[in-house]
Amino acid sequence: MAIITKLALGAGLAALLSTAAHADLTGKVIGFSQIGSESGWRAAETSVTKSQAETRGIDLKFADAQQKQENQIKAIRGFIAQGVDAILIAPVVSTGWDEVLGEAKEANIPVVLLDRGIDASPDLYLTGVASDQVKEGAVAGKWLIDTLAGKDCNVVELEGTVGSSPAINRKKGFDDAVGATSNIKVIRSQTGDFTRAKGKEVMEGFLKAEGGGKGICAVYAHNDDMAVGAIQAIKDAGLKPGSDILVVSIDGVPDIFSAMVAGEANATVELTPNMAGPAFDALDAYLNGGTVPEKAIITESKLFTQADDPQGEYDRRKGLGY
Amino acid sequence: MNRSLRPLLATAAIFVLAYLLAIAQFPAMASTRVLGNFLTDNAFLGIAAVGMTFVILSGGIDLSVGAVIGFTTVLIAVLVMWVGLHPLAAFAIALAVAALFGAGMGAAIYYLRVPSFIVTLAGMFLARGAASVLSPDSIGIKHSFYTTVSKSYLLMPGGGRLSVVGIMMLLVFLAGIVIAHRTRFGSYVYALGGSETSAALMGVPVARTTVLIYTLSSTLAGLAGVVFSLYTSAGYSLNALGVELDAIAAVVIGGTLLTGGYGLVAGTFIGVMLQGLVQTYIVFDGTLSSWWTKIVIGALLFMFILLQRLLHSAAPRRRKILWTA
Repeated sequence: MAIITKLALGAGLAALLSTAAHADLTGKVIGFSQIGSESGWRAAETSVTKSQAETRGIDLKFADAQQKQENQIKAIRGFIAQGVDAILIAPVVSTGWDEVLGEAKEANIPVVLLDRGIDASPDLYLTGVASDQVKEGAVAGKWLIDTLAGKDCNVVELEGTVGSSPAINRKKGFDDAVGATSNIKVIRSQTGDFTRAKGKEVMEGFLKAEGGGKGICAVYAHNDDMAVGAIQAIKDAGLKPGSDILVVSIDGVPDIFSAMVAGEANATVELTPNMAGPAFDALDAYLNGGTVPEKAIITESKLFTQADDPQGEYDRRKGLGY
Repeated sequence: MNRSLRPLLATAAIFVLAYLLAIAQFPAMASTRVLGNFLTDNAFLGIAAVGMTFVILSGGIDLSVGAVIGFTTVLIAVLVMWVGLHPLAAFAIALAVAALFGAGMGAAIYYLRVPSFIVTLAGMFLARGAASVLSPDSIGIKHSFYTTVSKSYLLMPGGGRLSVVGIMMLLVFLAGIVIAHRTRFGSYVYALGGSETSAALMGVPVARTTVLIYTLSSTLAGLAGVVFSLYTSAGYSLNALGVELDAIAAVVIGGTLLTGGYGLVAGTFIGVMLQGLVQTYIVFDGTLSSWWTKIVIGALLFMFILLQRLLHSAAPRRRKILWTA
C-alpha cells in the first residue's frame, strides 16, 4: 500500500515536472529540411530559424537539401527514424510528398510547411506558414496611391521570372490596387528575372523608350534586387532615383535599406525571413495544449519607407546572410 | 585470400566501422527504420549504379544516367496523367525508350570510335533537354496504382519498412551479380575492360557487347527513373541532377577500377550504402552542413584510388584478373 502511494506520488510529481518542463518548446527536437541556400533571402530564413530555435531552447536538426527533393525526402525519413518532436519543411517542389508525409503522420510527428505550399492532402501536415504574395503587391500599390495623393503617374513594372508564382501574384496585387484609380497607369511591364543585372538592363530600355525617363514617375519592381539594378540605370541616365522617379519594391533585403538611407529607394514591402517563428508558435500551442492551428498561417507584409529607420533595419539584417 | 576481394573487404570494413561509430553516437541509427530507409532512399541510385558498374568494368563511363532518370520520370508522368495510360504500360514504354537510347549511344561509341565520355555527355544533354521540353514543371502523378505501391511494404521488427522500391534495388543487385559473374556477357565485359584489342583477338564480339553494355546501363537508368517516379509520385525534369556522379563514386568506392576490367557488383552496393550512411549521419547530427556529404565522399574516393594504386602496384605487372563464366 505504501509503495503504491509512493508510486502515485512519484507519478504525480513526474507529471508536474514534465508539464513544467514542456510549457514551451524547450528541449524539443525539431528537424528542419531547408531547400538550400540559392538566394540571400533563403540564407536569411535559415539563420533566423536557427536563432529562433536557439532562443526557444529547441534542439534544431538542420538539413540543407541542395535543391534536391530526394535529399529532402531522405532528411525527413532520417528525422522520423530519429523520433523528432516535429518537422519543418520548405519544400523544393510542390509534388511528391504524400508518401513520406504519410510516414510522418503515422509516426505522429507534426509537419509544418514553410513559405511554400504542396500539392497533397491537407491532413498530411499541421499547417503552412507563408506570405501572401498578392497582398505584398497590393501593399506596394497602396503605398504608391497614398504617396501620389491623386497626382497623375506613369508606372513601369519590372516583373519577376515569367510564370513563377511570386511574379504572377505580386503583379496581380499591384495591378488590382492601382487599377482601381484613374491617376496611375502601368505603361510598361517586362520581366527582369528577379536579378539585379536584368533589372538594370530592362530599366535602361524603359528609360530610352520613354524619352530618357521624362514620362516615368515611378518604378515598381517585384523584388528588391531588380529595384537596385533599376536605381543604377536611373542614375546612369542622369536622373535622381527616389525623387525624379519613385522606387517601390518587395522583399526587404539589406541593400534596399541602404538605398533608402541614400534616398534612392522609397519603399519596400518585407517578405519576412522569420517563417519559423510563427511555425514554432503553432507547434508550441499544438504540442503543449493540443490546439490545432489553421491550415494556413499568413505572415505580415510590412511596409518600410524612408521614415522607418532604414539604417537600423539595414543593421538588423546585414548579418543574416542576405 | 583472393586478391580481387581485397577492395571489397576494405569498403565493407569501412562501412561497418563507420556504422558502429555512428551507432555509438546515435543509438537510434541501429533501428530497422534506418536500415529500411537506406534501401528505400537509395534505391534509384543503387539501380543506376549497377548499370554504371558494367560500363566502368568495360572501361567506359556513362554520364547520361541522371538525365535518363529525370527524363523517365517526366515521360511516365506525361503518359499517365496526360495520355491516360496505366502506369505499368507507361513503365514499359519508358524502359523501351531508355533501352533504345542506350543502344544508340553504345553504337555511336563503337562505330564512330568516339570516347564514351563525349557520347554520353551528349546523351545527358539530350535527355535532360527533352525532359524539360516535355514539361518544365513538376507533374504530380495521381493514380491508384501509385498509392497501392507506396502503401505496400514489409514491416520489419522495430517499425522499419522494406519498401517495394527497396526490394527492387536488392533484386537488381542480385541480377547484376549473376550477369557479371555467371554469364558469357559478364565475362565479355571484364575482357573488354582488360583490353579491347586482346578481347577482340580472343573472339569477344566487341560491337555487340559495347552496344549491350550501354543498353543495359540506360535501361537500368530507366528503371531507376521508374523507381524515382514511384518514390516521389511525380515527374520533374530536374530530378536526379548529378546522380551519374554519385553512381560513379559508389562504383569506385565499391572497389571497381576506373580503367576497367576489375571490380565487383557487390562492392557497388556497399558504395551506395556508404553514401547513404554519410547522409543519414549528417541528418542525425543536424548541425553539420550537408555539404560534408560531398567532402566525405570526396575523401573516400581519393582514399580508394590510393588504395587501388597500392594494391595494383604490388601486383605482378601487366596482369589483370579476368573473371570467367
